[in-house]
Amino acid sequence: MADAPNILTMRGISKAFPGVQALDDVDFSLHSGEIHALLGENGAGKSTLIKVLTGVERPDRGVIELDGREILAKSPHHAQMLGISTVYQEINLCPNLSVAENILLGREPRWAGSIDWRRLNARAAQILEWLEVDIDVRQSVGMYSVAIQQMVAISRALEISARVLILDEPTSSLAAHETEKLFAVMRKLKGEGLGVIFITHFLDQVYEVSDRITVLRNGKLVGVYDTATLPRVELVAHMIGRNLDELQEMSRYKKDAASSAQKQAVVQARALGRVGSIGPFDLDLHEGEVVGLAGLLGSGRTETANLLFGVDKPDSGTLSVAGAPMTHHSPLRSIQAGMAYCPEDRKADGIVGDLTVRENIVLALQANRGWFNYLAPARQREIADKYIKLLSISTPTADQLVKNLSGGNQQKVILARWLATEPNILILDEPTRGIDIGAKAEIQKLVLTLAGEGKTCIFISSELDEVLRTSHRVLVLRDNAIVAELAPDEMNEHTIMHIIAGGTE
Amino acid sequence: MTSQASWWERLRNNSLFWPLVALALVMGFNLLFTPNFFRLEIKDGHLFGSLVDVLNRGAPLMLMAIGLTAVIATAGVDLSVGAVAAICAAVATRLVGNVTDVTATPLPLVILVTLGVAILCGLWNGLLVSRANIQPMVATLVLMVAGRGIAQLITDGQIITVYYPPFFYFGAGYLLGLPFTLFIVAAVFLFAWLITRRTAIGLFVESVGTNASSSYYSGVNEKNIKLVAYVFCSFCAGIAGIIISSNVKSADANNVGLFMELDAILAVVIGGTLMSGGRFSLAGSVLGALLIQSVTTTIYAFGVPPEVVLVVKSLVVLFVVLLYSEPMKVALDKLARRKGVQA
Repeated sequence: MADAPNILTMRGISKAFPGVQALDDVDFSLHSGEIHALLGENGAGKSTLIKVLTGVERPDRGVIELDGREILAKSPHHAQMLGISTVYQEINLCPNLSVAENILLGREPRWAGSIDWRRLNARAAQILEWLEVDIDVRQSVGMYSVAIQQMVAISRALEISARVLILDEPTSSLAAHETEKLFAVMRKLKGEGLGVIFITHFLDQVYEVSDRITVLRNGKLVGVYDTATLPRVELVAHMIGRNLDELQEMSRYKKDAASSAQKQAVVQARALGRVGSIGPFDLDLHEGEVVGLAGLLGSGRTETANLLFGVDKPDSGTLSVAGAPMTHHSPLRSIQAGMAYCPEDRKADGIVGDLTVRENIVLALQANRGWFNYLAPARQREIADKYIKLLSISTPTADQLVKNLSGGNQQKVILARWLATEPNILILDEPTRGIDIGAKAEIQKLVLTLAGEGKTCIFISSELDEVLRTSHRVLVLRDNAIVAELAPDEMNEHTIMHIIAGGTE
Repeated sequence: MTSQASWWERLRNNSLFWPLVALALVMGFNLLFTPNFFRLEIKDGHLFGSLVDVLNRGAPLMLMAIGLTAVIATAGVDLSVGAVAAICAAVATRLVGNVTDVTATPLPLVILVTLGVAILCGLWNGLLVSRANIQPMVATLVLMVAGRGIAQLITDGQIITVYYPPFFYFGAGYLLGLPFTLFIVAAVFLFAWLITRRTAIGLFVESVGTNASSSYYSGVNEKNIKLVAYVFCSFCAGIAGIIISSNVKSADANNVGLFMELDAILAVVIGGTLMSGGRFSLAGSVLGALLIQSVTTTIYAFGVPPEVVLVVKSLVVLFVVLLYSEPMKVALDKLARRKGVQA
């Protein structure tokens, strides 16, 4: 397999941003007919390498060759024309246009000057059929699930006759069976001789689907490995450059927290529900405990959190926090009652991109203090610096715009925003999504530390091992209802997956 | 080289930089070509001259720009400021009445009622945008169109002329040798600056304008922030309406503040606040308004026919807005870097 011809070769790529050497003399090569995983922690340089390849950024130095010819993409569009297509984490389709329109946007078949809709739809259907996706191509893309949208984006790339397909975190919002489907498509593309670059944080998936692995760290190339011969622990060590003591340390932390858990309900939900999002449920949360919510995407995990925090209004049941009933519930009321909520969609509901790290951190605290009880800038900086240090947020200054930070650091800024309000109850929805192993461990540890201090946490994650590692008990959701509660001795991946799959006995 | 580039960058990224450059260019033009533009003289203890004229005539526009800055920063827009000015001019003149040297209503009450009407207009806009979730451009279009009708109803379709000299003081009076309008602008600017930079309101406005959803999740009452912005905007437009009617001693419902909403939007954009919301600069908007006013005054001083004024104005605006554009930024950066290398 190693003898397959290189379609893509990148040599000596360097790129500096003000204050950061994002890429330092990095080599990368891609064979035809291979799935090549590009791995590294946040800020390792994966995104920059892809941006250089796809013409978003110009390299300071280095050579890129596609099929033996030297190329330099001037823009993402130009890169596509050259045969390099990207499917991003945040899918960039036009939700209001039809599936077929999206696939053939800018390349619509024409007849006498106007668009030939029949051929347009037929062509789109043909591509999707090859991918074994059965949908109506005339419906607008926004109506379909993220998984389908991804297939549409891949179809679009194929239509432009891509030689190289880049999948940037394609599975982070997919359910398990959708991921399987995507992998099947990836293998099919590989069979056609395409080179696929696969960027992900899920190591399982790397081992399941990739042929080779390139690891970057701090903008430098660590090495290129054959997936089949690289032990997992070694891969992790390459990625984070240190061993995994921290992860093992975790279980000890948790035991401490569990033993100090006191049985005093701080949150009480009775028959709380909202039609169409989550069926009525009872829930008691106690001081010092971490409650995990497990379930597939769309099973009602986020909807439960939204109800508890007052983002959505319930249409049945009651909720009381610290003994006080929550009426006219809103996020602000929740904050006043000592709650905090890191929402699932960091970009849409979490960060405020054009504001600085400092302003993002003090936002919820200031909202709680009200319009006129203003935190002086000096005090704001003090608070921001404190949490930048505490959570080791890597930013040049507190006055950096938060949109310029990497995903993991943005997540930490949002955590800082909530910690600054000194909450008693934290709801964390996918707090570790799309961030690197090191930061993941830090966040999990933080959750357990907070629980140890007597705070209550709800921990929502798609990754079962993470839920199991952090939680004292786990609620399992299926089809918009809480279907089971598991005590510590019943908590294991097998049981949870069984319940999610629908086997209740 | 890097230090020079970063020095340039810091200067260029200052929101007041480009409006000041444009203003300096217009002033430089006047220095060379308009005789007596910079001459100031004192007549009857009052300061006179083209510069004073720019400031005085620009007052209503500056006020509208200050108010509109808050609205645009929340990612909205208010097209009704001109119409609100017309309504308030009509209300104020109607309350004063057209009897020589006598007012039908005590002057303080005139001001209070007029500004109350302005606030009602703002509440209307704000509720449509924040509670009924109507797109700002559409929501404020309603009052933009209806407002002139309302103003005409108030004036009975007539041009109301007032003959009560104390009322003229707002638009044409002098205090300490300077036009009184300047003091009004200064007071409103100071108020706006204090309320946005010395309370959390400024932070919340920028936060809501950048990402309303994130702000809501963080406990910011984004609906009330928007409401307050629209109320403040109409309030400023109301003051502008009083100044205009006082200055021309009358209220013509069809002409007070006509098309001024467009000039005000331009002033805000020139001042560096993006139409997409977020970061805003009050001082930038004031400079933008001054730029537009000084271009107008310059052209008049030059004896150019009024038809040309609009064209020249649009050219100046185009120039400034181009300076903000991304390709121009890149080009200027390159230029700066090359210069840095040579030096």
